Amino acid sequence: MAEATPALEVDVRGRRFRSAEGGEVHALGAVAFTLPERSFTCLTGPSGCGKTTVLRMILGLDRPIDGRVQVNGSGRVAAVFQEPRLLPWRSVEDNVRLALPSVDAGRPLGALFDTLGLAAHRALLPGELSLGLARRVALARAFALEPSLILLDEPFVSLDEDTAERLRELLLSVWRARPTTVLMVTHDLEEAVALADRVIVFSAAPGTPRASIDLAAPRGVRDGPWRVQAAARLRSERTMVGVGGLP
Amino acid sequence: MTGRAGVGATLRHAGTVVLSVGVLIAAWAALAVILDQRALPTPLAIWQALLGEGASGELFFHLGATLLRVACAFVVAMAIGAPLGIWLGMQPGANRVIDPWLMLLLNMPALVVIVLAYIWFGLNEAAAIGAVALNKIPNVVVTLREGARSLSRELDEMAAVYRFGFRRRLRHVVLPQLQPYLAAATRSGVALIWKIVLVVELLGRSNGVGFQIHLYFQLFDVATILAYTLAFVAVMMAVEYGVLQPLESRARRWQQHRG
Repeated sequence: MAEATPALEVDVRGRRFRSAEGGEVHALGAVAFTLPERSFTCLTGPSGCGKTTVLRMILGLDRPIDGRVQVNGSGRVAAVFQEPRLLPWRSVEDNVRLALPSVDAGRPLGALFDTLGLAAHRALLPGELSLGLARRVALARAFALEPSLILLDEPFVSLDEDTAERLRELLLSVWRARPTTVLMVTHDLEEAVALADRVIVFSAAPGTPRASIDLAAPRGVRDGPWRVQAAARLRSERTMVGVGGLP
Repeated sequence: MTGRAGVGATLRHAGTVVLSVGVLIAAWAALAVILDQRALPTPLAIWQALLGEGASGELFFHLGATLLRVACAFVVAMAIGAPLGIWLGMQPGANRVIDPWLMLLLNMPALVVIVLAYIWFGLNEAAAIGAVALNKIPNVVVTLREGARSLSRELDEMAAVYRFGFRRRLRHVVLPQLQPYLAAATRSGVALIWKIVLVVELLGRSNGVGFQIHLYFQLFDVATILAYTLAFVAVMMAVEYGVLQPLESRARRWQQHRG
């Protein structure tokens, strides 16, 4: 049987930045991974290990790339940034619609807004929303595109834990309703094990994948204690390289 | 949105303005009566000069000519200055080349530009409007360049990821961010342009407020000079309050909702 084409193939040799003092910072080491179609992968690691740089390379915001990034399928890529990055002068609905290509501009969005609990907020301006709601709009904008790949960069930071947990549930339900390949960067291991099919752990800078763990447990059983335990096991696998598994 | 308190505040504000203008006119009238000089006519004399010029139709003809020149010069200055400023703000390399020229133009006296335009291109309308626009363009460029430099990189990246086309990016991402800079360029532009238009008219046109002021200067008729001046000031204030401010508050409506 032929292997299915992965949704995303990344094979880069690294990334160096010029620092403010004129020196060079080796932010990212060699990184190679592929994402199967409709999988949910979390990328995690210590701060400054180049997780966000990997996302920016995939998004084409960090060029030129020393290596190769290939998005298969429709090639449509959506992103949810750390900040919601909404247009403050356009309504919630316009923010979502403006991100659609012209051919899809009239696409009905009612179901998506319902799933994300935004039905009552469509006409509001971003300035009238709480951070949690603004993040939901950013999620709606990404999923409305019906992309073959969605990249999320710490989309739930600086929210209180209840709001973050509610948003994680919303993310999973909208992802189930509109299956697509997801790559999410998070520094929160418990968040990673709660959401992902697979967790890729980066080493400290220059970041390079030091572990890739598949999570087999259905998301329904991943309650608080389970997450704590799984995260602890991930932390302890310091030297492990390659594919491992967690129940 | 405007409740009763809003209306009350507006009325109080209008009352203050009327009172302030009233005091000014009264002080002037008193001074004019005491000094009793031809060089300082009373407000009544100015009013009569205004009515006289209005009745003969001269006032509206010359106001119209000046207003048309102001409008043309403004449109030309914005149409050239705004895109150039935005481009320079986004392209530091090009800016380094063009910036010295800009500084030269910015510091060039308006009078020199006008005289040279008339010498090089003749005493015609195109030279007149071109000279006025050229005086304003560096201002627009510098203002919009500042605006373009402050454009949000975050929103720019968002627009790139979601593949906004040029027009969509311009209309929904770039122009709303530049709106305060466009408003500032417009404001200072209209005020500056009409003052320069008078000089252009004085030096080389045979109609317009500037031409009339020149004429009555030779007749030493201060009342008519002031009548023309105040009439045009009134027109420009009407433009400011009737057109520019409503447009601006419409463009800024979204900011009322900042949480």
